[in-house]
Amino acid sequence: MNPAVQTSEDARRFGAEQVEHVDRMNPAVQTPEDYLAATSLVEALTALRAGASVCVLAGGTDLMPQLHAGRSKPARLLLNIRRVPGLDAIGIEADSLRIGALTTIAQLLVDPLLRTQAPLLAEAADHFASDQIRNAATLGGNVCNASPAGDMLTPLLALDAQVELAFLGGDGSARTRRLALDGFFTGPGSTQRKPHELLTALLVPLAPTGQVARFFKSGSRPALDISTISIAFSARRDAGGLLHGVRLALGAVAPTPLRARRTEALLEGKALDAALAAQAAASAAEEAKPIDDVRASAWYRRELLRNMTRRMLEDVART
Amino acid sequence: MSLEPEAARPREGRAHEIRFTLNGVQRSASVGITMSALQMLRDVIGLTGTKYGCGEGECGACTIIVDGLSVNSCLLFALDCDGRELTTIEGLAGDARAKVLSQAFVEYGAVQCGFCTPGMMVQATHLLATQPHPDAAAAKRAIEGNLCRCTGYQKIAQAIVAAGQALAAGDQP
Repeated sequence: MNPAVQTSEDARRFGAEQVEHVDRMNPAVQTPEDYLAATSLVEALTALRAGASVCVLAGGTDLMPQLHAGRSKPARLLLNIRRVPGLDAIGIEADSLRIGALTTIAQLLVDPLLRTQAPLLAEAADHFASDQIRNAATLGGNVCNASPAGDMLTPLLALDAQVELAFLGGDGSARTRRLALDGFFTGPGSTQRKPHELLTALLVPLAPTGQVARFFKSGSRPALDISTISIAFSARRDAGGLLHGVRLALGAVAPTPLRARRTEALLEGKALDAALAAQAAASAAEEAKPIDDVRASAWYRRELLRNMTRRMLEDVART
Repeated sequence: MSLEPEAARPREGRAHEIRFTLNGVQRSASVGITMSALQMLRDVIGLTGTKYGCGEGECGACTIIVDGLSVNSCLLFALDCDGRELTTIEGLAGDARAKVLSQAFVEYGAVQCGFCTPGMMVQATHLLATQPHPDAAAAKRAIEGNLCRCTGYQKIAQAIVAAGQALAAGDQP
């Protein structure tokens, strides 16, 4: 990685990998002193509310390398939530698909309900790491890890996902609040989840009639690559070919995954053709704020984003 | 024999006692909080068939089966093995499917230096257990998370496909 990018100022500007340089230089490498494998949600929430700093463990596929590189956040307690029952289910709740936080990426690939109601997530899961990692990594972990390049984050944003956060109520029972995923990410590795809260589920509206959705991830090889950029698109197309509820989410081109709002507005209510696709692609490239890093230059990311957005939208126009 | 230089390791935190099934046998072990399952297998239990390649899930040399699914043991917290069922390359010694597979590895020259072989074998056994007759594309897809610096992968993929065919032809486990 680029050794020049090591100041805290750079860490604020740049993505997660630059932040790791800064943390690595911090001599206080923090090993949790205690461990708890919670077997109920209330037990987990009680541990979270007890005040000591807590590091939540689910699949561990991100956390283990972070700990060993000395770039995990300091914590006194390692809280393993993998034995909390009911957090790995996929089901329908009202007009949403409810995906438990402990659902593994491998489950997303094969779940029949998810393949019907949120096929974009299954498609993104197919581009995720390797079989071994898909078998362990969880959707909730991918969201809480909040990498600008997190593979599941752009499709979740494009599908208007909400996060469900649980916390211990005053009466000792589990309470929940919901937040839009859009706005949940506050920076590389940071979210709006409060220290006493646990992410318990992602909620995705059931696929509307006429939904068109696409996912693109760029990497130097199909497996195990951290994306250079990723793009997720979703919209409803009416009988007249007009797009509604347009969502375009971009990954690895800013400190957090982001929605390209001006580009969405440009496409809203319109019928896609080659000219509009090119215009939207230029707009998306303008909305991105990419950086130079080990995987690509900012210039390359922007060009890649422009070209792949155009191709993606042209493909939508053709089908 | 330690896996990493001392400086690269975090302090392991207070030791905890865990119980699990390893290759069909009930075991217990005392493990630190940040210890990986790989470290436990090699340093605590002394089963060195599972290899340490990269320590961050990129190479697959440490692949083991946990509760019927293949995972990178370097990314698995040893503590999280509590109550679970682990199978390592050593545990495949008596597995009829793995025997057919290892014969195919020999026949097709899928083993050169041998460092990636335990991980390849475990991952391919997992593939054959879930998808008995993989074609070349499925075999390649399955070992995406396993690096080999010798063979160029062709021979490994061929061996996996051949093992599937041999099993289908009646060399049944």
